Amino acid sequence: MKVLIDQDRCVGAGQCVLAAPEVFDQREEDGVVVLLQENPPAELHEQVREAAQICPALAIELAD
Amino acid sequence: MSEALSDAPEFPMVRGRRPFDPPPELDRRLHDEPVSRVKIWDGSEPWLLTRYEDVRAMLADARVSADTSKAGYPPQSPGIAARRKRAKAFITMDEPEHGAQRRLLTGDFMVKKMERLRPRIQKIVDDLIDDMLAGPKPADLVQAFALPVPSLVICELLGVPYADRAFFHRVSKVLISKDTPPAESLAALEELLAYLGGLVKQKLTDPADDVLSRLATEQVATGAMTVDDVAAMGQLLLVAGHETTANMIALGTAALLEHPDQLAAVRDGDPALVANAVEELLRYLTIVHTGRRRVALEDMEIGGHEIRKGDGLIAASDIANRDEKAFPDPDKLDVTRKARHHVAFGYGVHQCLGQPLARVELQVVYSTLYRRIPTLKLAAPVEELKFKHDMVVYGLHALPVTW
Ligand code: SF4
Repeated sequence: MKVLIDQDRCVGAGQCVLAAPEVFDQREEDGVVVLLQENPPAELHEQVREAAQICPALAIELAD
Repeated sequence: MSEALSDAPEFPMVRGRRPFDPPPELDRRLHDEPVSRVKIWDGSEPWLLTRYEDVRAMLADARVSADTSKAGYPPQSPGIAARRKRAKAFITMDEPEHGAQRRLLTGDFMVKKMERLRPRIQKIVDDLIDDMLAGPKPADLVQAFALPVPSLVICELLGVPYADRAFFHRVSKVLISKDTPPAESLAALEELLAYLGGLVKQKLTDPADDVLSRLATEQVATGAMTVDDVAAMGQLLLVAGHETTANMIALGTAALLEHPDQLAAVRDGDPALVANAVEELLRYLTIVHTGRRRVALEDMEIGGHEIRKGDGLIAASDIANRDEKAFPDPDKLDVTRKARHHVAFGYGVHQCLGQPLARVELQVVYSTLYRRIPTLKLAAPVEELKFKHDMVVYGLHALPVTW
């Protein structure tokens, strides 16, 4: 799994951080999403999928 | 083909006998006519979307606008219609202005910062419970607890003196009532803007560590925003910050007291369950029960219906959160279910900015209140409670409890 984020779309709702804190964080100054791992291990895939599904700004994309 | 406009039913619809469930007619629409016309207070007939998927798709669609001043926008109340040109805040802006304005605040509400506030919120909650326990029984949980918790927190965060709460509680009640006459609504808004404008000016010369001070020194002092712009942002945060959470605390408590098995699970269960229970209560109660409003900027298709440019759109998040395609057995309150994909905070770029704060507040409240007062119970039958049918945000005017 490869995770792609679009920081321009992010509205800082923090949903991704709650769903998968090992993979997503927010920039301290403005709350914009930061990717911690581009290729998360298999045990995190479900959480990452949830993050992508609940991100309100459609800022997270997943590729195989 | 155009619809027969005249027989559209009125929206919002009347609730049935079950105060925690959306109106039965909304449920019927979800199953029989998921995309349909309704008639609102001003006589216009926007589209009502009830399905979870349609609601999410529409709210994430860049071809719709949240700008209340655009022709065809379906306002929630005469008051909101009257206020729409005055004090625009980012919730009624579209991109790119919306994103730019919202980003001035996203850092203040980020998940990690809210986590750092948790001990302070815990202290506020514990102190208020101490006071309530020391006071007379029965008590009104709304006045004694549900309203002061978020009010104290948002005041500290923004830098608004809590001592002025009687004033802004009164004004924000006027602002979110569906029945306020337009002139009164505008007057209340002016009063609140003048008050906040005064605070901003004060903070320009004497800044503290709070959001209004930061906006004053970073935005007003540099000429990027006016005092009035910051006041408009402040009024949105102040009103939204306490009305919504206060209602979730009171209504959630009433719902849990009516579902003793669920209350027991929250009270006695593993602390991790509380966060899950908060999401389920947000889904189950969806206090924004007058829908998320938009207007179509182009012709588009939703659920097989042709929506025209300028048509009003209402996403009924309360019934969307009861769509069995997204939540099996949706009318059951089940604090163990996975409900994080609910749309109680809305969806799309306008999804609630304060949600990380609301979550921490609700988690602290739900994990503390029932543990500290295990004998908490309603002091009046649920049928006698005064639910907020007259407000844009659903909840309880009062919640008599004893222990
Ligand atoms: S969930 Fe989406 S909008 Fe929210 S912080 Fe993460 S990437 Fe940004």
